[in-house]
Amino acid sequence: MTTSKQTTSTGEQEQNKQETRQILNGFSRKRLSLIPILQKVQGKLGYLPREAMTEIAEYLNIPAIDVYGVVTFYNQFRLNPPGRHSIRVCLGTACHMKGGYITLDAWKRRLGINPRETTADREFDLDTVACVGCCTMAPVTVVDEKPEGKVEPTRVDGIMLAFEQEREAKDKEKSESD
Amino acid sequence: MKAIERTAVAAAFDKIAERAESHWRELWNNRPVIMVGAATCGRAAGALDVLQAFRDEVKKRNLDCPVIEVGCMGHCYAEPLVIISKPGYPPICYGYVNPVIAERLVKEFILGDNPCPEFVIGALEANDLLPSFDDFPRAQHEQKIILKNCGHIDPTEIEHYIAGGGYAALAKALAMKPEDVVEEVRRSGLRGRGGAGFPAGHKWQYCREARGRPKYIICNADEGDPGAFMDRSILESDPHSVIEGMIIAGYAIGARYGYIYVRAEYPLAVEHVRIALDQAKKLNLLGNHVLGSNFNFDISLFQGSGAFVCGEETALIASLEGKAGLPHHRPPYPTAHGLHGKPTVVNNVKTLAYVRHIISQGADWFTGIGTDESPGTVVFALAGKIVNTGLVEVPMGTTLRQIIFEVGSGIPKGKRFKAVQIGGPSGGCLPESALDLPVDFDSLQGAGAMMGSGGMVVLDEDDCMVEIARYFLEFTQRESCGKCTFCRLGTRQMLEVLTDFTQGKGTMEDIDSLERLAGDVKAGSLCGLGQTAPNPILTTLRYFRDEYEAHIELGRCPALMCLHLIAYYILPDKCERSCDACIGSCTVEAISPNKKRIKVIDQEKCVKCGTCLTACPPQYDAIVKLSPPSEVPAK
Repeated sequence: MTTSKQTTSTGEQEQNKQETRQILNGFSRKRLSLIPILQKVQGKLGYLPREAMTEIAEYLNIPAIDVYGVVTFYNQFRLNPPGRHSIRVCLGTACHMKGGYITLDAWKRRLGINPRETTADREFDLDTVACVGCCTMAPVTVVDEKPEGKVEPTRVDGIMLAFEQEREAKDKEKSESD
Repeated sequence: MKAIERTAVAAAFDKIAERAESHWRELWNNRPVIMVGAATCGRAAGALDVLQAFRDEVKKRNLDCPVIEVGCMGHCYAEPLVIISKPGYPPICYGYVNPVIAERLVKEFILGDNPCPEFVIGALEANDLLPSFDDFPRAQHEQKIILKNCGHIDPTEIEHYIAGGGYAALAKALAMKPEDVVEEVRRSGLRGRGGAGFPAGHKWQYCREARGRPKYIICNADEGDPGAFMDRSILESDPHSVIEGMIIAGYAIGARYGYIYVRAEYPLAVEHVRIALDQAKKLNLLGNHVLGSNFNFDISLFQGSGAFVCGEETALIASLEGKAGLPHHRPPYPTAHGLHGKPTVVNNVKTLAYVRHIISQGADWFTGIGTDESPGTVVFALAGKIVNTGLVEVPMGTTLRQIIFEVGSGIPKGKRFKAVQIGGPSGGCLPESALDLPVDFDSLQGAGAMMGSGGMVVLDEDDCMVEIARYFLEFTQRESCGKCTFCRLGTRQMLEVLTDFTQGKGTMEDIDSLERLAGDVKAGSLCGLGQTAPNPILTTLRYFRDEYEAHIELGRCPALMCLHLIAYYILPDKCERSCDACIGSCTVEAISPNKKRIKVIDQEKCVKCGTCLTACPPQYDAIVKLSPPSEVPAK
């Protein structure tokens, strides 16, 4: 797992801590709660920063390394902040046989990053997923929670273009309102 | 249980059933009903847009026509699917629907009298207007038991489920002695659908007899096999059938709590299960004094976090306890020493979905289906190079050939069948010669594969068997939890050898050491992940050794799939001067015209994505794949 160097400011860290504490209040202090807590915190913050993990360890009264161990064991948890848009390429059997690996190459080329990384402008993050169960639509890419079927390299360009247009439209709106 | 209580249960259930039925009748109150299949596969194909289009259209025209969201009908190849039931017509299933077609269907069929046969897949009942599903060749083989409701009821409405006979089995079971319920399931011969095929009744009995309180029942919905989506479909389309099975199981073994462990990659399944649990609680089908009996039972939902090994029962339990999902040695089995050290039954989604049918229709009915050793039906997720991708349910003992060529309608684009990958990363690739094997838990073992949980990926002549073995090893290597040395390091070594093969490196001796290592990893691993990880290698070596040899000795990939061993080439005498389709399609600008305006690929720049091959107009058909790459003529 690649951990990007933490560039969060102390203010951001403090805020992360606050939000983690708020979430913790809703859970019992049993070890059983660890994974649901981690899921909820990641749902809120987008990732699991160090300060959140130490807060959780204190709350459950377990060593911080146990929390870190669980976080790094499961594929779902991430240690670096996500991008505004998430791109997850399915590499299940059906997707692989229909060229999912070529689609992944296309995403890597377009975004200039490897799986489990985020672009420098924090616009996109790229990841792979074992199987989303839409094997009949292979090759699948999940774009912001929406599974897109039959994503081949040209479709990758198409999706990127749609994002670009969306951003341009937003910029235009913004400059007009200014 | 006392007689008074028994009648109390029956009375409580009758009240619920009555209300559900009147709700259901109200829905069909002599008016058209539109059902849109919106499970994950449908959504990937745009079902939500279709749903919106129907709703907008119906609202705009102010029609009395409910538009409801249903689950997956199994015909995933034709998603998005819509069923329209209009009085006077049989229910009709439409395929490949988009918002434009949706608008037309409302205008011409709901308002008019034209059922738009050009979009019809089939009618659900025999009639003299349109072909029905019963006329399809697949209907001879299909027998839907646990998929029966899928795609025909709204999974977020408990009334739909109850109106179709749901929870009647629970009421019946609560009137039986718990040990009789166990006995009924044991007599039915129901075997665990998670892959191993252990008799469910025995498992229940061990847990019932085990000492320790409270007891637990866990539904294993951590469907991690890439290429399998049966459990997802059932949980999304008919969650109550699994919940009912769990409550009955809980009653039978004397459990107090149940957990449903769902993969986090299945957000829609999670949502539907959550809704279903809330509804069941409201009707007192869960909680204290279930249906007024003395039985208390609660179910919680737990989301897995993406670890394949957690499909193994001891790893799953560790994960539930908030730890990393490492499996541990069995015995002691979870039935004696499971969650929090208490007796626990772990059953697969499909196993639990069968329970209600066995209780309502009896063990003898169930043993009458399928084979002697493996009674009942089996659900397969068909994917890969097959015409009718989707979910099928057939009796055990149906042959692979019938499933692939009759139910699945064979291989698309006139290609040749090469192999069927069955059982995911634990299974193997079976060649044409094995196609007449009847499918049950035991028959495939001899051929080197296993039935697994139900993923079936069909491969054609364009698929490289070395590459598929490498793909599965890459998966198991990544998902190995790291506890056993042989699995942790062995899978890595095997992956490296296979990667070398797909790049044209390696020697013939490497094949022997690969086989030896495969045997060692099987013997030296604790859980099913490591024990079965070498299966894809062993079966491909057994049936497709010539492909390995071509890779190693000739540097050639016979299926033209391994990227290192192929090159794209434009045949100069076929390329048309006035056409630039490939130039525009190339994602890396590697194609340019030469002086004669014949297009040439810059092999240094080419990333072998294959887009140009698709773009080249069929009348020219000028682009070919060559292997080994040295076949490309020098300039």
